[in-house]
Amino acid sequence: MDLHSVLPMLLGLAWVAPLASFVLIVFLGPRMGKAGVAAGHVATLAIVTSFALSFLSMCLWFGHHPPTAVHHDDHAAEHHASSNNSLALTSVSLVRAEQPAKKADEPAPKSETKAPAKSETPAKSETPAKSEAPAEKSAPKTTEPAVETPAKAEEPAKAETPTADHAHDEHATTVAPIAGSWYSLAKFGNSSIDIGYYIDSLTVLMFVMVSLIASCIHFYAMGYMHDELHDITDKEVRLANGKLLHRPGRFYRFFQYLSLFCFSMFGVVIAGNIAMVFVFWELVGICSYFLIGFYYERHSASTAANKAFIVNRVGDFGMIIGLMALWGALGTFNFGDYEGTTADGKTETRPGLFNMVRPGEDRALIVPDGMVIAAAADRITAGETVEANLETWRKENLGYGLLIVAGLGIFCGCVGKSAQFPLHVWLPDAMEGPTPVSALVHSATMVAAGVYLVGRFYPVFTPEVLLTIAYIGGITLFIAATIAITATDIKRVLAYSTVSQLGYMMLALGLGGWLARVFHLITHAFFKSLLFMCSGSVIHACHTNDMTKMGGLRHKMPWTAYTMLIGCLAIAGAGIPLMDIGFSGYYSKDAIITQALEFRDANPSHFFLFLAPVVGAAITAFYMFRLWYMTFSGTPRDAEIHSHAHESPPIMYIPLVVLSVFAVCVGFSIPFLVAGIAIACFFMVQVWFDQNAAPGHDAHGHESHAHDSHSHEAHAHDSHAHNTHDDHAHDSHAAPAGPIKVRWVPLLVFSAAALLLAATLPWHNLTVTNMLEQTRPYTGVQTPLYGETVIPAEGHRFHTMASLVAFSTAALGFVLATLFYGVGTLNPVDVRRQFSNIYQFLWDKWRFDELYQVLFVGPVHVVSGWLAKVDKKIIDRGLDGLAQGTLAVSRLDDRIDRGWVDGFFTKLSDCAWSIALRLRGAQTGRLRQYVVFLAVGTVGLFVFITLLWNFAVAGP
Amino acid sequence: MNLLTQPIGVTHYLVVGAVMFVCGVVCMATKRNGIGMLMGVELVLNGANLNFIAFASPWLRQDSEYALGLDGHLLALFVIVLAAGEAAVALAIALNYYNNHGTIDVDRADDLKG
Repeated sequence: MDLHSVLPMLLGLAWVAPLASFVLIVFLGPRMGKAGVAAGHVATLAIVTSFALSFLSMCLWFGHHPPTAVHHDDHAAEHHASSNNSLALTSVSLVRAEQPAKKADEPAPKSETKAPAKSETPAKSETPAKSEAPAEKSAPKTTEPAVETPAKAEEPAKAETPTADHAHDEHATTVAPIAGSWYSLAKFGNSSIDIGYYIDSLTVLMFVMVSLIASCIHFYAMGYMHDELHDITDKEVRLANGKLLHRPGRFYRFFQYLSLFCFSMFGVVIAGNIAMVFVFWELVGICSYFLIGFYYERHSASTAANKAFIVNRVGDFGMIIGLMALWGALGTFNFGDYEGTTADGKTETRPGLFNMVRPGEDRALIVPDGMVIAAAADRITAGETVEANLETWRKENLGYGLLIVAGLGIFCGCVGKSAQFPLHVWLPDAMEGPTPVSALVHSATMVAAGVYLVGRFYPVFTPEVLLTIAYIGGITLFIAATIAITATDIKRVLAYSTVSQLGYMMLALGLGGWLARVFHLITHAFFKSLLFMCSGSVIHACHTNDMTKMGGLRHKMPWTAYTMLIGCLAIAGAGIPLMDIGFSGYYSKDAIITQALEFRDANPSHFFLFLAPVVGAAITAFYMFRLWYMTFSGTPRDAEIHSHAHESPPIMYIPLVVLSVFAVCVGFSIPFLVAGIAIACFFMVQVWFDQNAAPGHDAHGHESHAHDSHSHEAHAHDSHAHNTHDDHAHDSHAAPAGPIKVRWVPLLVFSAAALLLAATLPWHNLTVTNMLEQTRPYTGVQTPLYGETVIPAEGHRFHTMASLVAFSTAALGFVLATLFYGVGTLNPVDVRRQFSNIYQFLWDKWRFDELYQVLFVGPVHVVSGWLAKVDKKIIDRGLDGLAQGTLAVSRLDDRIDRGWVDGFFTKLSDCAWSIALRLRGAQTGRLRQYVVFLAVGTVGLFVFITLLWNFAVAGP
Repeated sequence: MNLLTQPIGVTHYLVVGAVMFVCGVVCMATKRNGIGMLMGVELVLNGANLNFIAFASPWLRQDSEYALGLDGHLLALFVIVLAAGEAAVALAIALNYYNNHGTIDVDRADDLKG
């Protein structure tokens, strides 16, 4: 099967399936059952189709390009070395800094993989889910004898493969992307804008990730948006007459936007050129606008939607500048190489953006010819050829600034979309949208689109731009994390957490950790959507976002509580450092901190970039567990809310379980991921069996019937009381949640069996990191033109240290949160009083809104006031005068028209009328009379003419 | 110049034609019967025909080179055909008029009064 034709087709179908659903709902939505109930099914079907197709393409891709085990085995060896002999590790790290430039001809990754894979099997099963994939370990081992010897002793196969420079190694694993175009939109001379695709393992993984999360959220939303099926009384909107707003449900519209959003998001991911990315980027933005403003009657929702849209425009402005820099200088938007026709009709392969910027085998950054020429435009004289001077100009670093502008411009767009530091203010406000939207759009995918684009564009970024990205990310991560400490709105805590995690990703990328960033993007998508959906479940139960009114919900909604606990553990990066086993967040966060350590090692002056992720890790753990404790543990703070709370229906909590499995297992290799899914299924089935089937077997089904109806009645009663309390009708779909009995023995036995089985399976190379390794754009050290900062290669030396640091800081945060909110040893109120200034500052979200109010909104209002005055006083007055003048002239004209012109014609017609009346008498209708008239007339005429004739002949 | 002493020429024909014409006109003006009026019409037309025939004949006049010749005969034929058509239409009208009004008294036919 030809991958080059099948993959674009499969992913293209996965891409347009949500579009088809969107179109269908647009035209038929209101007719799809009551309030469009079938729209939910259509949209869900579409996204599940997308998921199936994406999954199929992932299988195809990795069937054709199996991720190599080089890194894995290398790492296993390195891990052994590090745990056995930390001295050896440090010497490795010392040598690695020298970075031998010479490359070996013989990469031989296959021979490297086979032999150690056998010898290392037990070690591998111990640490199966190695997330980190170092691309460069073999190089130092050969250059430094002290290290080489133990390495050889451990793995004789390694000795046969001599030096493999990391850059070369990267080539051994990198798989060429599938790039092409479906349709050409426009052609300008040699350049064209296409609807194209650029498919590599990142694209495929993003497709699977987005469609999987979106599928879960579609199912979840069918439960969550259930209220929209009926007419709704929105108790937050008071009309002018003082009544509450009563409106019909908009169930179908929600799914319509959700489908459009999925389509746009897939478009961003599959796009083969930056112009197409921009188009779908904007589509994603408009979907976000629609969905934030879903309850557009609420003032807060409509302003939040506006805010999100406007703030994003600011970022997009920068992005357009970046686009112009690229298009103007390079004449193409395409990522990958593409076919073009020359003037004489031949087809040739032209380099895409990535190959222009990094053309060589070593992928070193070179300012493209187009940019050099563009920058040297004033030096081009008529006589000389451009090519002659090109190298000289390049040596003078002409065009480098243009490359920086392009990079910064693209990054600017990502700052807006991913809610980074100066433009982060919109994301927390965006929580006005329904919770599934927050989960899908504002945590897992859309905001991730910015991070994705930065990752996609990594080859074009110069080290200067990377440093900017790192600082922006670091600042964002710190600010957002601190704000999240004081927030009490459950969704806002998560929103700031999202901003903070996005900051992590940006930071990682800026520090050179491409893989760490993309990996964190994927793990974060899973656990953050899980967290958001859990919070949605809580909100659904409590009808409030305020954590100060919750508490003790753990017993009421166990599914939500414990899946959320898994999410919290995952985002805090829980794991066992020395054994290297943990939740998905553990691996990705470790990778980021490893890179931060690497960076600190190369540039001691930028200590902030190391401090931010470490402190951030502690704060993350603190606020996440603060959230969990405040919501689920302790005593209920509001008895009424607590008494009405109930577990969500299965359609809502099953997606939670699915996502929590992924939140745990994404860092593992595929067999363990499958084992995780199997264990979750086993658990679910067991619980289901306990709750539904078991009583029926005992008492011939009769008792169970009675029991069921009884519980239903009790529930109906409860929801009746509930209805009197507020208008949301839940009774129809709330679950009859019995207590969950965990049967530990069978569960543990099954888990052990599944894990053992997984450990014996062969596909341990299939980890997300190994998959991503194929797409890694560049791994070497980068030195900037301006400044001293060195962007280090993505390394692995500090892995153990990083995991210890991350673990200890996270544990610190966890312990603090437990002391404050779990056990109650420390009283948060006291601390709040003690640091009231800081608390107030954080509570006010670092006063960014106020600052922007003063800096931008205020001045704009003042200037607008002036302009309005000018408009009213001068322009309007002038126009009024003009209108009055026209009116006077018209009046005059009217008088002339009616008086004179009309009068003349009236007179004329009157005259004709009276004459006609007189002549009427002659028309007697008598034939004989007419004959006489004729005869007499003729005779008379003759007589008359004769007389005249005579007169004429005779003369006067 | 006395017509009665002259040899028969164009003038005599013209006189007879004029008499026929006047008879026709008088007939039309005086008859109340529709058929009578039609007869008057025929007289008028044939009076005119007589003139054409007279002017057409080269032997009836001294200045024979000015005779209308065949043109006169042709025009006479036209008038005859016209008269036949006119008579057909007029008789049809008369018949219909009779059907509608029970009479063909043209004095009663003043429906076209203005």
